[in-house]
Amino acid sequence: MPSYSMHSGECALMDKKEYQKRARQVEPPRPIARNAFWAFLVGGTICLVGQIVQAVLLSTGFTEETVKAPTAIIMVFLGALFTAVGLYDRLTPLGGMGASLPITGFANAVVAPAIEFKNEGAVMGTGARIFQIAGPVIAYGLFAAFVIGILRYALRGVWS
Amino acid sequence: MSVTEVALEGRGHLAFANPPLLAAWATVAGKKETQGPLGRHFDRIVRDETMGEKTFERAERKLFTSAVELVLSLSGRHASDVDLIFAGDLLDQIVTANFAARDIGIPLVGVYGACSTSSESLLLAAMSVASGTARRAIAATASHHMSAERQYRYPIELGVQRLPTSQWTATGAAAFLVEDAREARSQKAPAQGDGPTLRIVSATVGRVQDYGIKDPNNMGAAMAPAAADTILRHLQGSGHAVEDFDLILTGDLGRVGHPLLELLLAEERIHPKERLRDAGILLYAPDQAVDAGGSGAACSALVCGAMALPRLRRGEMRRMLLVATGSLHSPRTYQQGESIPTIAHAVEVEAVR
Repeated sequence: MPSYSMHSGECALMDKKEYQKRARQVEPPRPIARNAFWAFLVGGTICLVGQIVQAVLLSTGFTEETVKAPTAIIMVFLGALFTAVGLYDRLTPLGGMGASLPITGFANAVVAPAIEFKNEGAVMGTGARIFQIAGPVIAYGLFAAFVIGILRYALRGVWS
Repeated sequence: MSVTEVALEGRGHLAFANPPLLAAWATVAGKKETQGPLGRHFDRIVRDETMGEKTFERAERKLFTSAVELVLSLSGRHASDVDLIFAGDLLDQIVTANFAARDIGIPLVGVYGACSTSSESLLLAAMSVASGTARRAIAATASHHMSAERQYRYPIELGVQRLPTSQWTATGAAAFLVEDAREARSQKAPAQGDGPTLRIVSATVGRVQDYGIKDPNNMGAAMAPAAADTILRHLQGSGHAVEDFDLILTGDLGRVGHPLLELLLAEERIHPKERLRDAGILLYAPDQAVDAGGSGAACSALVCGAMALPRLRRGEMRRMLLVATGSLHSPRTYQQGESIPTIAHAVEVEAVR
């Protein structure tokens, strides 16, 4: 039995940096090609559904300009519905960003915590936690819009 | 506690002059755990993940209570025969153990050691019985995949892509009954089988280790040094060679932490080879989508109770070391950019005719 130092401080086994290097070496690689393939397929399918919804709306008399909002509303509804019936959380492990990035993923990010914290009550649960995941997107989205708005004003004036 | 009863052999190594018996144990496992390789060996199976309860936290509590009740009924003891219960879980303020103890009625020592709670509570139960403080003590722990996800990670319905280094918190509970050997002789428990008697001969209290791993999705890498430190100190304290053990069961390093532990031990010229097994790898089959393997307070306790202890009882093994490992971070310390401190506690169990 070689004498292992019981009295030295932390990291007696191996240099910290060396250990972290070894730890990275045994990490299984992320299946990037497979993930990209499924992200394309899942994300593409969601966008295809969105395209179909848009085409149907256009045929009912919406114009290219007015069709955007109702399409987004329907896609958000579908994302929320799939979350509520417990299907969206099965789609994302496969599709990754392909499922998270479209507007349906945003709906999932809002509805999931809303369901999750139901047990903690309507105010401190659902109400307080509903934007737990989507909050940063909203906060920085607003901030970015503000900055861009200021820039646009500075460059072109308010009315142009 | 007198020095003669529990001798401190070096720092943190406890040798029990009067080894307490590991008289009985009980495991309760969830559905996914039952579909794994150890599925047939659990004492009770729970297929409904909510157990008919309104919240997952309540379901976890029910798992815990059912393991404690089961160990009492398997051993033919009553709650009033047990002096102390050492128990903990993964939830904030260890609410599972604390709330469940309201109804159990045994004096409670709440324990938090994250996923090392199983061996930490077993170590404390053995220590209290060996020192004569308690005639009988129970060590118990539980974890629930859903309640752990809620607390440590994301809402359940939120779609998240898991990483290959992620581990899967096990749903289940286990309880272990530790008895004074003299007490057991005068009042023999209907043992689980009539094999050899199981004794807890020594234990090693872990030292907190931190090798700067910050990723909570890679707890195996964070915990491997804690397991290595405790195993080396246990070998040194007990005077055993690694070959004296039929099994060194770590929990839960998973497929990433396990090779790192082998590497750290090899640096010290210790080669446990196939003796060294990991509960996180054993609990689930590779096709169960758990990525690097299982984790959670129940994981090592389930594998120990369903696989390791029965093999000791059947006489297939003579000596084992349970080394449960725990990541001691919280979601908040992780968000603040802190690295993950980890710990491992070892309990040595031997089978004697």
